[in-house]
Amino acid sequence: MTRHLTAGLALAFILGVVALDATGAPPNPYKAPAALAFGSGLPTSGGFCGAMPK
Amino acid sequence: MTAMTAAAPAGVGAKRGLLVLGALGAVVAVTLTAGVRYGLLLAIGLGIGLVLEGLRFGFAGPWRAMILRREPAGLLAQLLAIALVAIVAFPMLSTHGAELSGAQAPIGFAMVGGAFVFGAAMQIVLGCGSGTLVNAGSGNPVSLLALPFFCIGSFFGALNLVWWTDLGSLPILVLHGTTGLAVTLGLLALVAVVALAIAAPGTRRIPARLIVAAALLAALALANLVVAGQPWGVVYGLGLWVAKGATALGADLSGSAFWSAPGNAARVGQSVLTDITSLTNFGIIGGAFLIVAWKRGGLSQPLPKLPARAWIATVVAGLLLGYSSRLAFGCNVGAFFSGISTGSLHGWAWFVAGFAGSLVGVRLRPLLGLEGRA
Repeated sequence: MTRHLTAGLALAFILGVVALDATGAPPNPYKAPAALAFGSGLPTSGGFCGAMPK
Repeated sequence: MTAMTAAAPAGVGAKRGLLVLGALGAVVAVTLTAGVRYGLLLAIGLGIGLVLEGLRFGFAGPWRAMILRREPAGLLAQLLAIALVAIVAFPMLSTHGAELSGAQAPIGFAMVGGAFVFGAAMQIVLGCGSGTLVNAGSGNPVSLLALPFFCIGSFFGALNLVWWTDLGSLPILVLHGTTGLAVTLGLLALVAVVALAIAAPGTRRIPARLIVAAALLAALALANLVVAGQPWGVVYGLGLWVAKGATALGADLSGSAFWSAPGNAARVGQSVLTDITSLTNFGIIGGAFLIVAWKRGGLSQPLPKLPARAWIATVVAGLLLGYSSRLAFGCNVGAFFSGISTGSLHGWAWFVAGFAGSLVGVRLRPLLGLEGRA
C-alpha cells in the first residue's frame, strides 16, 4: 500500500465532514459577514480554542 | 521510448493542472455557497498547508531536534514567525480592539497540565495540531489515524472544560501596547539566545527555506486575523465536527456548559462552511495534499509497517492531543503561536509546559514502537 490510499482517505475525511454537515441548515451567502473583519466595525463571532464558553 | 518519455510530462502537467483547478474550484465553491470571508479563509488554510508541507516547517519535529540533537534551526524559525506576527498584530489589536480579538486565555492548573500532556502526545505521534492536519493530508498513516481521535478528544475536552478550569485559574493576563510588544520580542529573543547557547556546534544557522517559511506563515496568520477577526487556531473546529455529528445522531448537548453556550450552540447548528477554524483546517489538509500530489512519486511512497502497540499508542495519543489541547486553551497553534503573538501570557505558560511534556514524549515514542530512527 502507498500514500495514494491514505492521502485519498484524508481528502475523503474532509468531504465526509462537509457532506454530512450539508444535511443541516445551508449557509446563506447573502447574509454573510463583510469579507474582512478588520475595518468592518463589528466584533468577531467565531469559535476559538482559547475562548471560554459564551 | 521517445513517445513514452514525452507522454510522462504531459500526464504530470495535466495532473498538476487538475490539482490547481481543484483547489481554486473549492475556494470559489465556498465563496459562492457561504460568502467571500469564508472562501478567503479556505484559501488562507490552503496557503498554510502549502507552506508547512512544501517548506517543511513544523513544530513537533523542531522541538524534537532541539531536545535530541540540540539543533535549534526549526525552533528559531518558529520564534521568528511569532515575532513577525506580534510586530503587526499588537498595533492592530490596540487600534481595532472592537473588531479583532487575540488568543487570550487564563493560566491555570488544567491549562498547564493540558499543555504538558499535549507536548508529550505530540512527540509520541510526531504531530502537533497543525502537524497532524498536514501529515494526514500528505498521507502519513499515523496522523491519519490520530486525526479522528484528536477530534473526539477535542469534543470531550470542551465538554469538561468548565469543570477543569474551576480547579483554579488566574485572571486572563495580556501584554499589550508598545510595552507589551517590547516585552514579547525581548522574551522571544531571550529564548532564541538560550537555544543558540546550548546548540550543537555547526547548527546555529537557520536555513533560508525556514526563514522564507516563517515569513510566509506570519503573513498567512496575519491574513487570518484580518479576515476572521481572530488569530489562527486549529482545535475548536475539530471538536465542533464531533459535536455536529453527535447532535445529528440525537445526542443532547444542552447539559454541557460549553456546547450549550449561545455561541457554541449556534455554531453546532450552522454550516461547517461558516466556521473559521474548520475552513482553515480543511485548507491545511488540502494544501498538504496538493504538495505531495504535485511531486512526482509523492503519493507512491510505501506505508510504514508498525507494530500493533504503535497503532494503539496513536489512538490514545490522538485522544490526548484533542482533550489536553482544550484544557490548555489551544494547541501549538492557538496557544503557543497565536497566544504569544497576540500578547496572552498563557501562550508562554503553554510553551514552558509543552516543552517539558515534549521532553517526556520523545522518550516514550521509541518505547511505543513508533520510532524508526532518531
